[in-house]
Amino acid sequence: MVNGTEIHTLSNGLQVMLKEIHTAPLISHWVWYRVGSRNERPGTTGVSHWVEHMQFKGTPQFPASVLDKAISREGGYWNAFTFLDWTTYFETMPAAKIDLALQLEVDRMLNSLFDPEEVDSERTVIISERQGNENEPLFVLGEEVQAAAFRVHPYHHEIIGDMADLRTMQREDLYNHYRAYYVPNNAVLAIAGDFEAGEMLARVKEMFEPVPSGEAPPAPQRAEPEQSGERRVTVSGPGETTFLQIAYRSPAASDPDFFPYLVADSLLTGASSLNMFGGGISNKTSRLYQALVEADLAVTVSGGLMATIDPYLHNIVITLHPQATTDQAIAVLEDELKRLQDAPPPAAELERAVKQARALFAYGSESITNQGFWMGYAEMFADYGWFTGYLDQLAAVNPEDVQRIAQTYLLPHNRVLGVYHPEEDGRRSA
Amino acid sequence: MNPRYRNQELAPDNLGSLPGADDVTRAELPNGIVVLARSNFNSMSAVISGYLQAGSLFESDELLGLAGYTASALMRGTTQHSFAEIYESLESIGASLGFNGGTHTTSFGGRALAEDLDLLLGTLAETMLNPAFPEDQMQRLKNQLLTGLAIRAQDTREMASLAFDQIVYHGHPYSRPEDGYPETVQRITPEHLAEFHQRHYGPRGMVITIVGAIDPQLAVEKVSRVLGDWNNPDQPEPPELPAPAELESLAESAIDIPGKSQADIVLGAAGPQRRSPDYLAAALGNNVLGRFGMMGRIGDSVREKAGLAYYASSHLSGGIGPGPWYVSAGVNPANVEQAISLIRQEIARFVEEPVTAEELSDSQANFIGSLPLSLESNHGVASALLNLERYQLGLDYYRRYPDLIRAVTREQVLETASRYLHPDRLGVAVAGPP
Repeated sequence: MVNGTEIHTLSNGLQVMLKEIHTAPLISHWVWYRVGSRNERPGTTGVSHWVEHMQFKGTPQFPASVLDKAISREGGYWNAFTFLDWTTYFETMPAAKIDLALQLEVDRMLNSLFDPEEVDSERTVIISERQGNENEPLFVLGEEVQAAAFRVHPYHHEIIGDMADLRTMQREDLYNHYRAYYVPNNAVLAIAGDFEAGEMLARVKEMFEPVPSGEAPPAPQRAEPEQSGERRVTVSGPGETTFLQIAYRSPAASDPDFFPYLVADSLLTGASSLNMFGGGISNKTSRLYQALVEADLAVTVSGGLMATIDPYLHNIVITLHPQATTDQAIAVLEDELKRLQDAPPPAAELERAVKQARALFAYGSESITNQGFWMGYAEMFADYGWFTGYLDQLAAVNPEDVQRIAQTYLLPHNRVLGVYHPEEDGRRSA
Repeated sequence: MNPRYRNQELAPDNLGSLPGADDVTRAELPNGIVVLARSNFNSMSAVISGYLQAGSLFESDELLGLAGYTASALMRGTTQHSFAEIYESLESIGASLGFNGGTHTTSFGGRALAEDLDLLLGTLAETMLNPAFPEDQMQRLKNQLLTGLAIRAQDTREMASLAFDQIVYHGHPYSRPEDGYPETVQRITPEHLAEFHQRHYGPRGMVITIVGAIDPQLAVEKVSRVLGDWNNPDQPEPPELPAPAELESLAESAIDIPGKSQADIVLGAAGPQRRSPDYLAAALGNNVLGRFGMMGRIGDSVREKAGLAYYASSHLSGGIGPGPWYVSAGVNPANVEQAISLIRQEIARFVEEPVTAEELSDSQANFIGSLPLSLESNHGVASALLNLERYQLGLDYYRRYPDLIRAVTREQVLETASRYLHPDRLGVAVAGPP
């Protein structure tokens, strides 16, 4: 029992996490698989996300049209997300109806059809999803920055996949990926809400234990070599607005440097939140907002660090002020980073970051769906202790740790500098 | 980079037991402010949410965007505190507060740990009553707003929506974008902002809700302490809203945005207002048409069967006035005509044949069953309480709601749908590559 959460492992390897919360007659049920774009190779990029879509296309027991309607009819809400390291499915239901969620998740762990016609129809849906993303300058820029940052590691490509692969991937590619990774020994089941844990565990065992375990899925072997110089990418596209994305190679979530880095990012770009449901706060007192926006060099600045299995990126995204230049903004960014490298930040600034994190936790705790999300989340890249120790880890960071992070990571040779240049084409745009 | 959602359209609302007259406190202060409060001691925080009668309906065509600009300007400095001081006090305790200009009203919202509620309410009152509109901050804000409009001009969804409003609400205040246009925002001076604030910000018609770890009576006292003395005798009544002209045929508009990969479609007509007796029948019908399950009949036709779109769904605005009833979809530019044709076929079927008994009962069960999910967080409850007041629904509305929903018949849905929608009399706006 950790933090009110029971953790069990079934005989087939499925990890089960249960947390009773009796504030509302609701239950949120999450199934997490350790698979995401990190597990993909060229030729089948985007396969994890596409498999996630196919998981809504039916089994012999629950045909496609039946699934969505069954959940909606019971007043439930469901969705799924695919990320770099993981794919997750959740249902939040009136407590009395939760058995439906267990039934359909155990069913689609094993029995999804991947009907060839449905695969083809979903191909165009996903291509349309990608084209919608391509309409956004920040997607286009982000994709190029990510590709420049990772030459070898599969974090190279966007989660949705490359268009070439979306056009050519076949049903067998999808089905094989599903069978390789959707096995109970590669999954975590997390349930939060209005139930009695003993009864729920018995029901979970009855439902999920008969699912046979599979071979342990292969771990990706292509570590990214160290970066030895700044990389620059430029992208041109329609519009009037220049965007900058500066991506620093950052440590994995399990690295001891991760928490001090989170504090450094909080000082630079504002408090970040672990809430998927519950939101955040403004960043107008952050160092980079003050230095860039209050100096009329940028109209917005944001940033963040992702908790990932392998080292990923600390991104800073700037919307340039119409009268400012890229060089001016970069020079001021570097001045601010140098300030952090030259002197440890005042202790009060760190205390503030911790208070902000506490408040954001309080907001996130209101939603049972968000509490369900938190339980499985940290298991995907570290373990549940990472989550339960989060605030203490932040509070333990001292000013010298933050200074060291700035000296170690926030350096030009460790970054990709991406610029989106707007192209005025003279054609009517409004 | 964010996780890829299976469906952005279905991004979750916040998810308690149903509020009613016995657990919602409603008080009207002598100056007209209505306070609604409900306690939730399971949480450690408190949410405030509310609105003032200072929407964009009050602004002139020359200064479109004024109400929104004024709302955004309130926290940029007051007669007592600078922009930096205001945000320092909020952000240092993990609190948030913001104002947003809408068509009828200007809304505000914020939250804090319950121990910090006094600071949050104090900041709300100070920024709402005593903004200073400092010159340098107003210029900075203007640049931010103009950049926002430049980004909007490149956003296919927003531009389709803007073009749709211009066709369907031709000659009606709803045809005007709340954010204005670059040339109208460019004209707005700090004096305009101060003048708009002076005239339109006042306690009459203002509503504030407080939900969270606070005793409701104490919440009312706290609001009274900071806002009870506020008066503005010159506050004008909201302007009369004309009925939108009915469309006689298909009215189409195409916005070219070069260099884009996808086209966005918005099509539909003016719908019922929230207080209309038609509203619940329209809402249930709309659920069948383009929401239930995976986006209803339209999602089934356009996304699931034809594979044309990542999103294709219908929306019923149902606000203070006759907000739109519309379908939106994002498709490959080559598939625009086919998608519009499929959507119009579904609208034709929807206004000619009653929904099936199963479709109606499914949507009724969905509306009733999902109510507790929408009321799980403080934020969800605050929004629900605000709607009770905004649309004068009565404090017991959510407890009566299941019966009201169950009383709607298939015939009512059909009759209602056929009065608002017709497949040959729609506004159709498309924004995408030429």
